[in-house]
Amino acid sequence: MSFSNDTTLKLDSRPEVPRTVVANASGEMAAGEEIKTATVGQVTVANPVMSARTVNVHYGEKHAIKDVSIDVANNSVIAFIGPSGCGKSTFLRCLNRMNDTIENARVEGLITLDGNDIYDRRQDVVQLRARVGMVFQKPNPFPKSIYENVAYGPRIHGLVTSRADLDEIVQTSLRKAGLWEEVKDRLDGPGTGLSGGQQQRLCIARAIAVDPEVILMDEPCSALDPIATAKVEDLIDELRENYAIVIVTHNMQQAARVSQRTAYFHLGELIEVGPTDQIFTNPRHRLTEDYITGRFG
Amino acid sequence: MSRSASADEQRRARVAASLKRRYGAERRFRLYGQLAVLVGLGFVALLFVSIFSKGYSAFEQTYVRVDVNYDPEVLDPAGTRKPEDLADGDYGAIVKAALRATAPEVESRAELKQLYALASNSAPRALQARIAADPTLLGRRESVWVLASDHVDQIVKGYIRRDESEESRGVTDLQIKWIDALRAKGALERRFNRQFFSGGDSREPEQAGVAGAVVGSFFTLLVTLLLSFPIGVAAAVYLEEFAPKNRYTDFIEVNINNLAAVPSIVFGLLGLAVFVQFFGLPRSVPLVGGLVLTLMTLPTIIIASRAALKAVPPSIREAALGMGASRVQAIVHHVLPLAMPGMMTGGILGMARALGESAPLLLIGMVAFIVDVPRRLTDPSTVLPVQVYLWARSSERAFVERTSGAIIVLLVFLLVMNGLAVLLRSRFERRW
Ligand SMILES: Nc1ncnc2c1ncn2[C@@H]1O[C@H](COP(=O)(O)OP(=O)(O)OP(=O)(O)O)[C@@H](O)[C@H]1O
Ligand SMILES: [Mg+2]
Repeated sequence: MSFSNDTTLKLDSRPEVPRTVVANASGEMAAGEEIKTATVGQVTVANPVMSARTVNVHYGEKHAIKDVSIDVANNSVIAFIGPSGCGKSTFLRCLNRMNDTIENARVEGLITLDGNDIYDRRQDVVQLRARVGMVFQKPNPFPKSIYENVAYGPRIHGLVTSRADLDEIVQTSLRKAGLWEEVKDRLDGPGTGLSGGQQQRLCIARAIAVDPEVILMDEPCSALDPIATAKVEDLIDELRENYAIVIVTHNMQQAARVSQRTAYFHLGELIEVGPTDQIFTNPRHRLTEDYITGRFG
Repeated sequence: MSRSASADEQRRARVAASLKRRYGAERRFRLYGQLAVLVGLGFVALLFVSIFSKGYSAFEQTYVRVDVNYDPEVLDPAGTRKPEDLADGDYGAIVKAALRATAPEVESRAELKQLYALASNSAPRALQARIAADPTLLGRRESVWVLASDHVDQIVKGYIRRDESEESRGVTDLQIKWIDALRAKGALERRFNRQFFSGGDSREPEQAGVAGAVVGSFFTLLVTLLLSFPIGVAAAVYLEEFAPKNRYTDFIEVNINNLAAVPSIVFGLLGLAVFVQFFGLPRSVPLVGGLVLTLMTLPTIIIASRAALKAVPPSIREAALGMGASRVQAIVHHVLPLAMPGMMTGGILGMARALGESAPLLLIGMVAFIVDVPRRLTDPSTVLPVQVYLWARSSERAFVERTSGAIIVLLVFLLVMNGLAVLLRSRFERRW
């Protein structure tokens, strides 16, 4: 294992580096900025959709995310991996401000979407969540019809004016989610009457119906069997053409299969980020290596 | 580790022994449960049997047939035939004459008085109504069934025993003789008691009805429902979904739980002080009764609604919020529909309790003797449980069966209300 620079010292003996975000006056990230970070690997990308800089999250006293900086690239999949409780979900939920709904959660740092601070007071969370969609670990379709599930987003955001437009959106979303053939004859049937894998694809269809820019997925396949998982993975690979996707997974093979970049979290810190094949074949940090070789976690 | 055969044997024997004990305990436990249910059902059955056996006879009333001569000399001495003059006629004399005709042998004033007492004192009014409806009856004769007095009714129904002394039964030997004679002639009959369902309260048992109390209960509950359900649900939604969790909301929560346990009569006192004395609303009216019962049922509804909201899986909220729904949208579109059946169950329980409540209503004066059936929320009225209480307190024997009759009506009211609510709830319930 090769340590390329001094920021990759062992965690416990890491020197206190001042972690300041270099940003220009308007709050936008400067191109080619210098980021002081303890993370090994390449945290920045060219033209990121979303960027996080020195993000810290506290749940009351608990410091759940520590100085995480990372970019999310367009038209690609980034996988978050790491042992249970390391803060993957917490960080993911920062990206569309779902942590706002948790009473004692406190988020600090800068997170931008297309260069605009999403925690800015002028940023409307409703609008943000229309642009950054989310798919949850457990399939959670609304207890309504399949049609209504997909139509809900476009409806509340006022994206359509006619029933025909809505039908169109529902159909294309279900098609993109690879569910159309299976449900086209039972659109009025209950969404919760589908199988687990179908439900999860319905949730994905629901998320893409509002045409977001980023889709966040928190362990989307953990409740699915291998066949359903394969379908969802294929789907993620297709969706990559149009969306930026962030996926949390406990399944190393899945991360290797679907993602272009992988980020390894450990105890609230972002240890290493890099191209997926490099992370899995040649991790640069010892903790990453320990984790992916199954020595702990 | 190698297993020894004898140790295995021993272990199996122990498990077998403990199994026997466990099954025994299970059987006993089931038996206790069945016994408890049986005892409960037994008491309910006893209650129903005793109430129905006592009360069903209130739905029938004894009528006596009299041959009436609508004598123009008596009814319209001036001969004007104007409706207002006809209404002023001496119908009492007509009834008396008709009764005299059933027992021509009676002469003395004392005996005549006993004879006249066979018919209810509402009989003249019944005849007056017939003439008002059809003035051409004047000068003609007809056979009319009029209400018998409550004593006659009680004798006919067997509630007053003939072997009692004259004073204690309130019916003279002579009257019993006439009653038997009338019965033999077929001029005394038990008929469906329409008055009981359409009339208001009365001092005369044979004329007393529950309609006033039923309508009063209906109005009171209407006010209670319209106020307590929306307010209760709104309060629950606010406390559960919006209010910050801090010392103040904890304090509010503790107080709501305490309020649910406050004796209802205290709410009556509060209502009397606030609505009647401070705001100057009238006493004895369903509007104020409903307000008081609203105070009483609110905590129940709030607690049930909060429990229903808590039971909605958080994943549904997350799904809605994750789609970019605002908090209100997430609640209105997804959480409330799922919580509605539970909230309605709370509402039903609250309403059922409010229907049976009498103590707080006594305090705001809904215990007054009111003959008219209320038409508005601000008409003085009483409610069913208070009517039961009023009749149970009355000394006339005929009120005993009426008390049970009113309880039956109360139970039916309750069943209808619950049935409607269950129907409504099942329409709200999502089967997926
Ligand atoms: N609402 C909360 N209140 C307090 N602490 C929380 C809360 N949610 C998460 N935590 C804590 O924050 C830490 C990170 O949690 P998080 O859910 O992000 O982990 P994770 O990496 O997603 O784990 P997993 O892989 O098991 O899902 C954990 O130690 C957890 O106990
Ligand atoms: Mg998680």
